[in-house]
Amino acid sequence: MTTSGNRPSKAVAFLFQRVKASALLQDNRLLASGNQTPVVPRATRMVLPRGRMPHASVILLATVVAIFSLVPLGFIGWVTYDVGWETVKTLVFRPRVGELLVNTVLLESITIPVSIALAVTLAWLTERTDIPFARLWAWLAIAPLAVPAFVHSYAWVSLVPGMRGLQSGVFVSVIAYYPFLYLPVAAALRRLDPAIEDAAASLGLNPWRVFFRAVLPQLRLAICGGSLLIALHLLSEYGLFVMIRFDTFATAIVDQFQSSYNSPASNMLGGVLVACCLFLLGFEVLVRGNERYARVGSGSPRPTDRRRLGWLVVPAVLLPVILAILTLGVPLVTLGRWLYLGGTDIWRIDVGSAFLQTIVLAIVGGVLATIAAAPMAWLSVRAPGRFQRVLEACHYYVGSLPGVVVALALVTITVRLVLPLYQTFATLLVAYVMLFLPRAMVGLRASIAQAPVELERAAMGLGRTPGQAVRQITMRLAAPGAAASVALAALGITNELTATLMLSPNGVDTLATKFWSLTSEIDYVSAAPYAFMMVVLSLPLTLMLYTQSKRTAGQ
Amino acid sequence: MNIALNRFSLALAASLLFATALAGSANAQDEGLVVYNAQHESLGREWIDAFTKETGIKVTMRQGSDMQFANQIIQEGDASPADVFLTENSPAMTLVDGAGLFAPIEKETLDQVPDQYRPADGMWTGIAARTTVFAYDKTKLTEDKLPKSMLDLADPAWKGRWGAAPAGADFQAIVAALLQLKGEDATKAWLKGLKDNATPYKGNSVAMKAVNSGEVEGAVIYHYYWFGDQAKTGENSKNVGLHYFKNQDPGAFVSVSGGGILKSTQHMKEAQAFLKFLTSKAGQAVLKDGDSYEYAIGKDEPSNEKLTPLADLNAPKVEASTLDSKKVVELMTAAGLI
Repeated sequence: MTTSGNRPSKAVAFLFQRVKASALLQDNRLLASGNQTPVVPRATRMVLPRGRMPHASVILLATVVAIFSLVPLGFIGWVTYDVGWETVKTLVFRPRVGELLVNTVLLESITIPVSIALAVTLAWLTERTDIPFARLWAWLAIAPLAVPAFVHSYAWVSLVPGMRGLQSGVFVSVIAYYPFLYLPVAAALRRLDPAIEDAAASLGLNPWRVFFRAVLPQLRLAICGGSLLIALHLLSEYGLFVMIRFDTFATAIVDQFQSSYNSPASNMLGGVLVACCLFLLGFEVLVRGNERYARVGSGSPRPTDRRRLGWLVVPAVLLPVILAILTLGVPLVTLGRWLYLGGTDIWRIDVGSAFLQTIVLAIVGGVLATIAAAPMAWLSVRAPGRFQRVLEACHYYVGSLPGVVVALALVTITVRLVLPLYQTFATLLVAYVMLFLPRAMVGLRASIAQAPVELERAAMGLGRTPGQAVRQITMRLAAPGAAASVALAALGITNELTATLMLSPNGVDTLATKFWSLTSEIDYVSAAPYAFMMVVLSLPLTLMLYTQSKRTAGQ
Repeated sequence: MNIALNRFSLALAASLLFATALAGSANAQDEGLVVYNAQHESLGREWIDAFTKETGIKVTMRQGSDMQFANQIIQEGDASPADVFLTENSPAMTLVDGAGLFAPIEKETLDQVPDQYRPADGMWTGIAARTTVFAYDKTKLTEDKLPKSMLDLADPAWKGRWGAAPAGADFQAIVAALLQLKGEDATKAWLKGLKDNATPYKGNSVAMKAVNSGEVEGAVIYHYYWFGDQAKTGENSKNVGLHYFKNQDPGAFVSVSGGGILKSTQHMKEAQAFLKFLTSKAGQAVLKDGDSYEYAIGKDEPSNEKLTPLADLNAPKVEASTLDSKKVVELMTAAGLI
């Protein structure tokens, strides 16, 4: 059995890696279903014989990272224990928490289906029909990722000042986040074997039913992964919802933080938020199910025919056009308008220094996250095992926590236990490493998996120690993947807001925090250059994400 | 073989070095006087720039909010990196003072500020002031339909018609004044009315903007947001009028912005000089001439002439040094407002 013909894109790998916390126990199943990166037949895969590799030291390193990752969760547990059950009860079981819960449930349960419908339609149009300029639409579908979510809402609020509440929350969330679904769904559609559809059609199903009964089920993993990613983003998003005045746990925690710094109340809200994250992770496992989707057998599938749209081409083109206007046109026009109104005055020296600080933090944070992820990435490819899966779960879960929760924990711990680290770059970078660890695992895992283990063995056969073999062979082959990891984590750091606000050293301003303080004084004009620079920084990274997804999908 | 090894280790070492160098240099760098600034960032910046220009003393500002910093300073204790703490309102000052973390302010500084704008013990001082107003939609409300007292807004008749920014320190100061003036039960009742009737906004300026765009008929905010906007484009306040409650109503509360010096400071001389500067003629002139539109409170220091004079506001008598911020956060959490 092989999994060839199911070679997934790195972007998809990323999405699935991100949600791996839930999938750890099904690692083999995922591999079989072609949604993991390894493409080498399993029997000769990259697992090394026991006793010949520096397992112990690598496991030790990975364990250290995993322990660090557990800090936020442990902290919430400790606060819960510390304040006592009575206090927990009054802080958790109160109407306000109920309100926030209702808001969250509504937000998730409307945004996700709408995003799925939109992403699947769009992906189908660009991948499986003869829609003109398909490539352009595919590009434009991903481009909104270069605009930070809170810049999306800034654009919309300045265009329609009355926007607020649930509907607006859903609307802007869909616009800002649907590419997370489009990306894996389009990639999955691209490599579906048309034989199944042919079979369905030959059994007499009309094209609609073929789509719903033969195509859609095969997209299940992509849809589940993308949805989970969006769902987790919705839980942790702060700026977007503050701007359009929709209260979520993340906004309420920051409110509490600003009213009372680090009170049990804010930590209890954090605890509920963590519970929501865990619920989502578990829910996704249930929904995803256990079916196999892999192609079995030799040979490769024939290329898929593109469906003729006929007169439908008009509405078909309208969809991506309208979407592009909403997702890109509005932010760019609003930004352009504020920039024009502000003239040259708004390009103060602060913009430059914030830009520099952001770039330095993003690159250093990205590099550190990648280094921290390396032992686990190597272990999970070369030496998977039960204990390793537990370690890996620790690496992944922490990335699903909102920045607020991680920051709250680090604030208290540094101020009480390791004061020299309080309000330093070191602590801020630790937070970034935690938050973006899963992103860093992605590129690394993928590229380590693609570095043949035989080369390592050959190196050892020629007298290298195992450590030397890993460094000289695997690490060098994995370098491009590591670069991708750095870039992905850097993209996240560029747009990170809450943890930066709470943890940054005195006098440090990133583009995101400067933008934020100006918009909260509704000084939209002065905020515009910062937003613009964030887009400038994010654009090449988004571009890379796209080309990679294309390249690894063989196009 | 060694070349490859070296190249890899070199890259690794370089990035680690880069990271530590960055962290190290930033930490080693002399920050000068560290000010935890919960005042508006722009006003804090204006003050600091003017101070540095006059004295040559370097100042590093950290931006945050009143209660966040107050609690943070208490947790930091003696190890607080802060030298000076500036707030928008006084309750946060009381909190830190209560924890015994402030150093006494020099007499010369205190002499520049009238008694009613600073606590008797001289552990912190007022630096500016602001008054509560009801910003209302001029196109919808006329004089006779305005609330007589801020407490009227808890009446079901006002359901859905007004807004506030309850999560902010500004608003919590108003509640603290109410608590002192009318007691816990009345405050609880009013907060319940607020929860039922009012639309919550993030920030006073956002609340005023909502009044302007007709979302609500009025909002409880501080006066200067309106003046600030009028001075700029007026875009967010053209339909908005200001109603001063006067009559010593809780809604006529004048909130004192505070400045204090942390006992643990290593820069006592500079810190004292800073507060002395803020309350001096030059410091208060920043309030008069700048675009903050907050009230100057220095003895015989005039405020911006566009403002209704402080003396005409007929504010209730509130003892600023005893405003109970902790209780306020408790009550507001219980009321489901934060």
